[in-house]
Amino acid sequence: MTDEGNNRPPREGRISPPKRVFGRPVSLKDAPTHFCAGCGHGIVHRIIAEVVDELGIRERVVGVSPVGCAVLGYDYWDFDVSEAAHGRTPAVATGMKRARPDLAVFTYQGDGDLAAIGVAELIHAANRGENITIIFVNNGVYGMTGGQMAPTTLEGQITKTTPTGRTLRDCGAPLKILEMIAQFPGTKYLARTALNNPKNVMTAKRSIKKAFKCQIDNIGFSLVEVLSPCPTYWRVSPLDSLKWIEERMIPYFPLGEVKMPG
Amino acid sequence: MNNRVLMCGNDAMSEAAVRAGCRFYSGYPITPQNEVTAYMAMRMPQVAGTFIQAESEIAAINMVFGAAAVGARAMTSSSSPGISLKQEGISYLSACELPAVIANVVRGGPGLGSIGPSQADYFQATRGGGHGDYRTIALAPSTVQELVDFTFLSFDLADKYRNPVLILSDGILGQMMEPVVLPEPIDTELPPKEWALTGARNRRPNVIKSLFLDVALLEKLNFDLQEKYRRMEAEETRFDEVAINDAEVVVVAYGSVARICRAAVRKLREAGERVGLFRPITVWPFPGVALARAADTARLFISVEMSMGQMVEDVKLAVGGRKAVKFYGRAGGCVMSVEEVVREIRKAMEEIT
Repeated sequence: MTDEGNNRPPREGRISPPKRVFGRPVSLKDAPTHFCAGCGHGIVHRIIAEVVDELGIRERVVGVSPVGCAVLGYDYWDFDVSEAAHGRTPAVATGMKRARPDLAVFTYQGDGDLAAIGVAELIHAANRGENITIIFVNNGVYGMTGGQMAPTTLEGQITKTTPTGRTLRDCGAPLKILEMIAQFPGTKYLARTALNNPKNVMTAKRSIKKAFKCQIDNIGFSLVEVLSPCPTYWRVSPLDSLKWIEERMIPYFPLGEVKMPG
Repeated sequence: MNNRVLMCGNDAMSEAAVRAGCRFYSGYPITPQNEVTAYMAMRMPQVAGTFIQAESEIAAINMVFGAAAVGARAMTSSSSPGISLKQEGISYLSACELPAVIANVVRGGPGLGSIGPSQADYFQATRGGGHGDYRTIALAPSTVQELVDFTFLSFDLADKYRNPVLILSDGILGQMMEPVVLPEPIDTELPPKEWALTGARNRRPNVIKSLFLDVALLEKLNFDLQEKYRRMEAEETRFDEVAINDAEVVVVAYGSVARICRAAVRKLREAGERVGLFRPITVWPFPGVALARAADTARLFISVEMSMGQMVEDVKLAVGGRKAVKFYGRAGGCVMSVEEVVREIRKAMEEIT
């Protein structure tokens, strides 16, 4: 069915042809997902593709994918993407953006990539105020390697490497990256969002769009943290993983825009 | 017209890079290469390029990865401990087939070592250095002029093969001043890099990656890389010979040590000894075929290095057990004298007669 039919006024007594109200973004490939049931990555991938389409930047966007579950971003996004070594993602993005300021450069990083092995690269890119966008998917666990503790794993949370639950005595407190980098004058747009219900998914999309706008308008460094479900390594059902975000993660990682330009 | 200028090796190398079209440099302070970061900080803004003092050697090489991925001519430099930190990045650059230039102003090791000159990073420079099966062209200049010429050349080689290229300098070459003739800056448009991430306009998206979970695909990448390395061996092997034709004894030395050995060879020739010098210019690809030819006539090879014996392994591989191979080396930042080399060559000659 084409959309041409929509231009004709419906005749009395006849049903008007269906109107396309939902479709796959141009920036998203028609590919079956490799993520686990209930995983949040697919939602964030789609949000990014929608935002890229809506901002009309598909022909000048470059993504940098991390090491971790989301390394295969290029299997889903229909635009230029590079891998980076584990955690070096913001350094790679820095090189890209400085060499080609006309490109819209974003990194997509998990909590291991961004908050553990790559924390030096993150902090210094943020502090230099690199005009890049970082999408930080925080699910509080290492997924690709089988569910080990992440820097953002909650107190008491059981993982492969915290079999009796994370203790503050041995592992320290879960890192609040957003609050940490908010103090840098170089950071311009910082927001924390969650995927636990449709309303929050819409908010996440609005924040990610603002973050990209921040870069396109040459305002500077932007980062959106997305609290995302990992039912597999939280050992709960997909439905319960949404409750987990609401009841356990959000109280520790409060949602909202921490920093806005202007 | 005499257009020679007096420059220290590190400054001269930096200027040659700029004139070769390098427009992105990121580095981290470490002696004895600090002149490079200072020079690039001054020079890059003048040519609308980018200089970044990175938070670490690791960040520096990954910034170079990013700049190379979007098509820029990019470079980083360091000295031995810092080059060790860059090995992860060099492995990724090699796997992703990205062009980049990395200069190592080698200092004494292992560990934090000393700030004196050394050649103890030969294994690291010629065997890949990081994880996985890969090779990088490694150019070993022995004068400041060669530092200029090889740095200028290295950007073309990196682009031609889509591969990292190493400049193997050392604490002597980096710090010493010599008159040099600088090349004219390139003024032509560089060939387009169709693989670069420049935005998917009127083409399918480009992807730069080194993860291949399908082992057969990863093996194919390895086969393709090896084919490229064989091409480099065929086309890019460089060396220099001094008084080799009638030589009974062939001294093998590269970089600044080759200068000391050249003087030693001259002294021995004046004393009537049939001694020659074989100098690898590319330590990878190693000029083993040319060295093997010398083994047809010479009866003794002696590898002289500022290391405890690294290149000597390549010399032995080339000579293939046909003739005697000896070694003399100093380490830790100590430099041998001409007299010392003359003495060691005479000693080796006595040992095999």
